[in-house]
Amino acid sequence: MPADQTPGRPASHGATASGATAPSGAAPGASAPEHAWRTGDAPRRVAQTALKDLPWEVGVAKPDPAIVVDGVTRTFGGLTAVSVDHLEVQRGGITGLIGPNGAGKTTLFNLLTGFDQPNTGTWSFEGRPLGKLAPHQVARLGVVRTFQLTKALSRLTVLQNMLLGAQGQKGESFLRALVPGIWRAQERANTEKAMELLTRFKLDRKKDDFAGTLSGGQRKLLEMARALMSDPKVVMLDEPMAGVNPALTQSLLGHVKDLREQGMTVVFVEHDMDVVRDISDWVVVMAAGKVIAEGPPESISQNQAVVDAYLGAHHDAPLTVEEEDRVLAEAEAAIAREENADGDVIGSDTRREEDR
Amino acid sequence: MGELVDALAVALKAGLGFQAVFLALLAIGINVQFGYAGLLNFGQIAFAMLGGYGIAVSVSQWGLNFWVGVAVGILAAVVLALLLGLPTLRLRADYLAIATIAAAEGLRLLFRSVSATPVTNGTRGLSGFNADFVALAPWDTARRYGILGTRWSGAELWVTVVGWLLVALSCLLIWLLVRSPWGRVVKSIREDEDAVRSLGKNVYVYKMQALVLGGVLGSLGGMVYALGTASANPDQYQNANTFLAYAALILGGAARVLGPVVGAMLMFFIIQFADTGLRTLIGNGVIPEDLLSATDVAQLRFVLIGLGLMLLLVFRPQGIFGDRREVMLDAR
Repeated sequence: MPADQTPGRPASHGATASGATAPSGAAPGASAPEHAWRTGDAPRRVAQTALKDLPWEVGVAKPDPAIVVDGVTRTFGGLTAVSVDHLEVQRGGITGLIGPNGAGKTTLFNLLTGFDQPNTGTWSFEGRPLGKLAPHQVARLGVVRTFQLTKALSRLTVLQNMLLGAQGQKGESFLRALVPGIWRAQERANTEKAMELLTRFKLDRKKDDFAGTLSGGQRKLLEMARALMSDPKVVMLDEPMAGVNPALTQSLLGHVKDLREQGMTVVFVEHDMDVVRDISDWVVVMAAGKVIAEGPPESISQNQAVVDAYLGAHHDAPLTVEEEDRVLAEAEAAIAREENADGDVIGSDTRREEDR
Repeated sequence: MGELVDALAVALKAGLGFQAVFLALLAIGINVQFGYAGLLNFGQIAFAMLGGYGIAVSVSQWGLNFWVGVAVGILAAVVLALLLGLPTLRLRADYLAIATIAAAEGLRLLFRSVSATPVTNGTRGLSGFNADFVALAPWDTARRYGILGTRWSGAELWVTVVGWLLVALSCLLIWLLVRSPWGRVVKSIREDEDAVRSLGKNVYVYKMQALVLGGVLGSLGGMVYALGTASANPDQYQNANTFLAYAALILGGAARVLGPVVGAMLMFFIIQFADTGLRTLIGNGVIPEDLLSATDVAQLRFVLIGLGLMLLLVFRPQGIFGDRREVMLDAR
């Protein structure tokens, strides 16, 4: 763990600075949110201070939870992919969800957004239970997600991708679609909003290109911008930085922080620990389907359970002679036991043969 | 030379005739489902058969008004679309394909079965149900008319004119729909359902709407065909027609409003021109009889269509109207 921190740290610090300056320098048109973000460091501190005094323990109650998960389990055959007893996500904060591969992070995302149904458990958003809701119903409540494998709609233009994100469109009903007069004004307003967002994400020049021609990083940006078109309350980002080049990572990070400054609740899955340390107010660690640790980012790398989950329980100590002897003795005992059992079986077989 | 001009005239008539209207309406329906919404309907002919039989059974067997027959045909197509869509549209695209192809073949066999004979008159089919419709023609339907060197009977001309009017109206409807937000959602579903779901759209409802709309357009095609031939026979509605319609759609360009229409016209033009042209050449002795006999022509024209489609896919995969950039995105 320490070995992977040392080279990472300086890079992350330098990059954070560039992430802060780059969007505002290149996009003067989007000065409003940038401005809000810079002067509005206060809300960030609000979220952080609210969480500061909480004990670093699993299932701790948050002062102002947006999402509450209770006893959610999901099994695939014999495998328990997710088994979360209690989890609360603080409103207006950035919650990082980390864990080794196969820990159940994406499955939990799927459950929370209605893309998958759990075997047991309840979960609620702002006090409204979300169980048994279809994905589109969850989205309409204001919980929008992105996907680990980016889902840009390739053969639609970037602008059309954006417009799809807008909610409550009159022209999306079959009959009203036939009368352009009904939806044209709304469409114009949505287009304006989409162009503002595209400018902020520096995709405005690509607006008439097919989304399929964008690079991987640009697709991530587009997907995030598209999610924002729906004015969500909670944004759930599944590995937003995966496969994005470092330069773009910083601008993406800036955008994620921006969401918090606009009062949105952000939950994200990420593997890059520097990113997690940099932007999250609270970190939830999952392993083998369970939440094994919670706390502010700085608490996580010292947490024994987390280190064990990532690296194995005995990763840093060589076996002592006594331990080695004990393990050896256990193994021998096991082998002896098996041999005895085998002997019995063979013995009974031979005996039976003798009887005949 | 004069014979070649005759062959052209015959082919022109085929490209403009009610068969072309039939194929065009099938292909417009498939365009809504496959071209825009990404649904694989391999049983479009079943909807056409319900349309044709809707009129035939209502008028000939039940003695109802012609327009009631039209309503019955459309209603039957809507019901079939709902029956096929309800269980399969929540699943992967393949399942709709399986269900539709089975339904098309099953329905045809059901309609020609002995037990269905009291209603559908079995393999002998139904006829004599288009008198009400032909009587609506503003011209004398007993006469023959000559247009651009082609000969049409008055009734045939009337069916064809009404048919093309239907095609035009359908195209207008599709054009209005696909440039609206509704069309945007449907096209997005073709690209990625889950992304659309995550943005708060009820994908299931949109897919169902596209399936029903495409099916109703197909049933209109079947009505035009039944009125044009003045008979309804289950074996006219072989599922090969579905694939011919797919070929026409791809020839014209999928996800383009006019693609299926031009594709269907060209398809019939080429088939008929190859047929008449080859027969003429064989008759002239230009093609020796032992190389190709007149009886082989019927098969050979489809070989030519197949060859043409292959060349099209190699050199112009987007079809006549398609956008090459759009098609090439898949290759990435």
